[in-house]
Amino acid sequence: MSFKIASSPHQHNQRSTAHIMRLVALACLPGIAVQAVLFGYGVLIQLVLAIVTAWLSEALILKLRGKPVLSRLKDNSALLTAVLLAIAIPPYAPWWIIVIGTAFAIIMVKQLYGGLGNNLFNPAMAAYVLLLVSFPLQMTQWLPPLSLQSVDLTPLDAVCSIFTHYSCSGFSLPQLQANIDGITMATPLDTLRTDLSRGLTLDESLSRPVFFAFAGTGWLWLNLAYLAGGLLLIQQKIISWRIPLAVIASLFVLSAIATLAAPDTIAGPLFHLFSGGTMLAAFFIATDPVSASTTNKGRLVYGALIGLLVFLIRNFGGYPDAYAFAVLLANMAVPLIDYYTRPRTYGHRPRSELK
Amino acid sequence: MPGLFQQIQAGKLWDFHGGIHPPGRKEQTNQKPIAVLPIPDRLYLPLRQHIGVAGQLLVKVGDRVLKGQQLTGADNSMAVPVHAPTSGTVLSITPHTSPHPSALPELTLVLEPDGLDEWRQREPLNFLTCDNLTLLSRIQDSGIAGMGGAGFPTHIKAGLTQPVDYLIINAVECEPYISADDLLMQEAATTIVKGIDILCRLLNPKAVLIGIEDDKPIAAAAMMAACSQREHYYVRVVPTKYPSGGEKQLIQLLTNKEVPNGRRPADIGIVMQNVGTAFAIAQAVLDDHPLLSRIVTVAGDTLNQPQNVLALLGTPVSALLDACGFQSQPQQRVIMGGPMMGFTLPDLSVPVVKTTNCVLAPTAQELPAASTEMDCIRCSACADACPASLLPQQLLWYSKAKDSDKLNEYNLADCIECGACAYVCPSEIPLVQYYRVAKADIREQQREALKAEQAKARFEARNARLEQEKQERQQRNQQLAAARQQQQLASGANTAVADALARIKAKQAQTAPADERNKEQILAERELKKQQARDYQQQKAQQQQAHQATEPHSGQPEQTAATVNTDSKAAAVAAAIARAQAKKAAQATEQHTTEQQVMPTPDTGKGNEAVVSAEADPRKAAIAAAIARAKAKQQTQTENETSAPPAAAGTVDKPTAESNSAAPEDPRKAAVAAALARAKAKKQASAEATEQTAPLATEAVIADKVVADAVVTEDPRKAAIAAAIARAKARKQADSENS
Repeated sequence: MSFKIASSPHQHNQRSTAHIMRLVALACLPGIAVQAVLFGYGVLIQLVLAIVTAWLSEALILKLRGKPVLSRLKDNSALLTAVLLAIAIPPYAPWWIIVIGTAFAIIMVKQLYGGLGNNLFNPAMAAYVLLLVSFPLQMTQWLPPLSLQSVDLTPLDAVCSIFTHYSCSGFSLPQLQANIDGITMATPLDTLRTDLSRGLTLDESLSRPVFFAFAGTGWLWLNLAYLAGGLLLIQQKIISWRIPLAVIASLFVLSAIATLAAPDTIAGPLFHLFSGGTMLAAFFIATDPVSASTTNKGRLVYGALIGLLVFLIRNFGGYPDAYAFAVLLANMAVPLIDYYTRPRTYGHRPRSELK
Repeated sequence: MPGLFQQIQAGKLWDFHGGIHPPGRKEQTNQKPIAVLPIPDRLYLPLRQHIGVAGQLLVKVGDRVLKGQQLTGADNSMAVPVHAPTSGTVLSITPHTSPHPSALPELTLVLEPDGLDEWRQREPLNFLTCDNLTLLSRIQDSGIAGMGGAGFPTHIKAGLTQPVDYLIINAVECEPYISADDLLMQEAATTIVKGIDILCRLLNPKAVLIGIEDDKPIAAAAMMAACSQREHYYVRVVPTKYPSGGEKQLIQLLTNKEVPNGRRPADIGIVMQNVGTAFAIAQAVLDDHPLLSRIVTVAGDTLNQPQNVLALLGTPVSALLDACGFQSQPQQRVIMGGPMMGFTLPDLSVPVVKTTNCVLAPTAQELPAASTEMDCIRCSACADACPASLLPQQLLWYSKAKDSDKLNEYNLADCIECGACAYVCPSEIPLVQYYRVAKADIREQQREALKAEQAKARFEARNARLEQEKQERQQRNQQLAAARQQQQLASGANTAVADALARIKAKQAQTAPADERNKEQILAERELKKQQARDYQQQKAQQQQAHQATEPHSGQPEQTAATVNTDSKAAAVAAAIARAQAKKAAQATEQHTTEQQVMPTPDTGKGNEAVVSAEADPRKAAIAAAIARAKAKQQTQTENETSAPPAAAGTVDKPTAESNSAAPEDPRKAAVAAALARAKAKKQASAEATEQTAPLATEAVIADKVVADAVVTEDPRKAAIAAAIARAKARKQADSENS
């Protein structure tokens, strides 16, 4: 009688990669729900498009690479990439935007680098940058929150406008962007940027209807929803608290100092934290394990670097929001960060003493 | 800030990095008493059950052995003997599947128990009265090796001479399922404490720390009660976390100290012993009960009755499982050890050994088999779990790349293979397996490198040796050649050149002018001799005057002789006549010769010495003597020519001159004449003899010296002698010139 031979340990906890990826995707649900309710249902259509594209591209490449397809599709990593890209782009962007973006993310950024675990860059963010650089118009056509829109949009309108560029009732996206007064509205960050460049003070700009409380109308809730999802992930020990904390803290500290130095031109820390994609990026994008730093100290450095880059680009750069660029730049720094932040091994002297 | 000891006394606990919390599942077994297994049909006793070397086999096939009888010797410090767990007969000694992850066959003694369980003679010790050496040898002879899993010989750890601050008793038992130590403490706490007493006697620590995980409240209470009389024994209940029972981790937990890289706990004043080891020590010392059995947790859902059993060493695993109602499943795994660090068994004939703490037969639901390995997503859950603060995901990367430099840089060697990383890995990568392979590769590489280095060293040593031998050979050849040359020159297998040289030297020595420093002396002597000669002539003149008065013809014959001497033949006769007639002058001649004799005599002695030294080489001496003789003959002739006349020097100047010119014409005749003259001139003979001996010896020396000069003399004495001889010669010559 022979027995099964296996290497120790023979026991394993039941948390698999698929489980982790699924949990992260699920933690996005509050944010997705808020976006759907406050900004229209376009995001749901984008999600469907993205996920289908991701699975198809992944399957295609896995097939070409001669790898088992089904087991790898089940790891949910393609799903998560698709979700993150879908919720990052404007909800009413044309269908081919998300298709190109997702296909690029999966095929070029992930699989061509060797598949899961081997990509240098965050696939969703690399794709986002590709889209932003290639299709700047489509990628900046954010509709204002439904409450500020002049035309009520039904879910069917979302489908129509994504696939045909016009809503079912025939409005084009620029028309939909205009508010009741006929003034085109962009995201709060965009608006603030435009206003400041026109010589308005911060206070004058913040009095516009697109802003609410200390952040943008709708955007505050969206960020709060992602914050909640992120806190859930930390509580579940899916992600480490270090990267989100470092991102938020560095952005907070830098903008606090800057706003004290230049109160009329630089928005305060709360505005920065709850505008644009801060919470989404801090909890869901920067924490992508594959492309982020892996050491505890390194994670703090990595997060702080993202916060710094976002602060710089938002306030002094050419783009209203900057998480995609910041994350990609920090991704490049990861090998270096990891190398210099190795932990001290038990029984070994600290590295500083060795030199 | 209180000191470390105060903090420890106050019950402070620290923490170590990482660790995991797998389900303990100890409740299967930790509530039931220890069952005693019946003696099985066969006992399989591997000869080596510890880290170290096997002792020499003391029994042979067919021997009957008694319970507790030593089967292997404790013949060196790393050997721990194996004993017969019960009385019976040695059936065979053959290779048998070993209780090791490799399952490679190892030499195993198969014992057939006779069921009598008959003990050998036992000699309990009183540990308070016997010395440490006796205790240590008892511990070694009782076959005690660390029972926590590593199996390090206990007597080595207990016999440390380094000062020990803390003796830590490891009763953590952090692996899931295992409750063997738990039950041991529950049932035998007092014996364990006696074992600790013995260890304290040997090591003399400042404090004893007994670490027990908080999932063993009964055991902890039992130990506390047993230790209540001991002041410096501290029972420390530590939180359940795997791997708290690792040596380094427990040290950090209880003392906040880290064992420095590459060192042992003893280097920081800490010794750790397993609680089961302490029990075995107490049994060995107090009862002379060697290590014959151990408690094994038999657990898993495939068993009807999972429980702890007291099993004789050598009991096959099948007997344990059968006793607990084993129901095998398809794809069954049977694990020896815990689920984290144990190894699967290929078959159930593997025996229980000293380090076996658990036999696990889980169902597939209980411990699901590993599913397919996925890609690492660099989540670094492994790094968070690693108790050694390593970066397992980096190590995996470099293990796959077989980059041993990077693996060393990331301290792969510090991996304790606890399995925490693989336990948490969401991609189910068998990380520990990768590390084991990488470690084995590195060991292999190091072995290869060492081998290559040794081979290189051997090769270089060989080359050096050959080179040296060559050098030596060349040197020897050169020396031999030189010696041969020297010998050739010395023995003068006589080259014409050497001969010629010798002749030239001799001639030079004869004609050489007197030494500068002897000049005055010589002049003085010459003056003296002139004075003597004048005196003599005066005297002679007076005598002649008297003669002329009595013998008017006395001068006549001389005159005639002088005329006859024109004929060379007659020259010698004339000389002889002259000498005969100059008998009266003998007195004066004697005086003259005595003076001459004074100087040559010491020379003769020295000359003899030189002859003696020359005799070292008889051939050389013989040749030299021959030369000397030849020379001496020549010399004699000249001597005769010069020394004979002095008798008539004053009176017959003319004939002397005549004979001087005539003698060379026929030297032979001259010699005969001289001999005749000598015979006739009896009184003069003695003087002549001395005169002859000296030159002979001198010539020998000169001949020798010439040879020596040619070979480069290194004997200053010889040189001195030669100088003396030269001086004597010069003097003689001066004399002859003078006369």
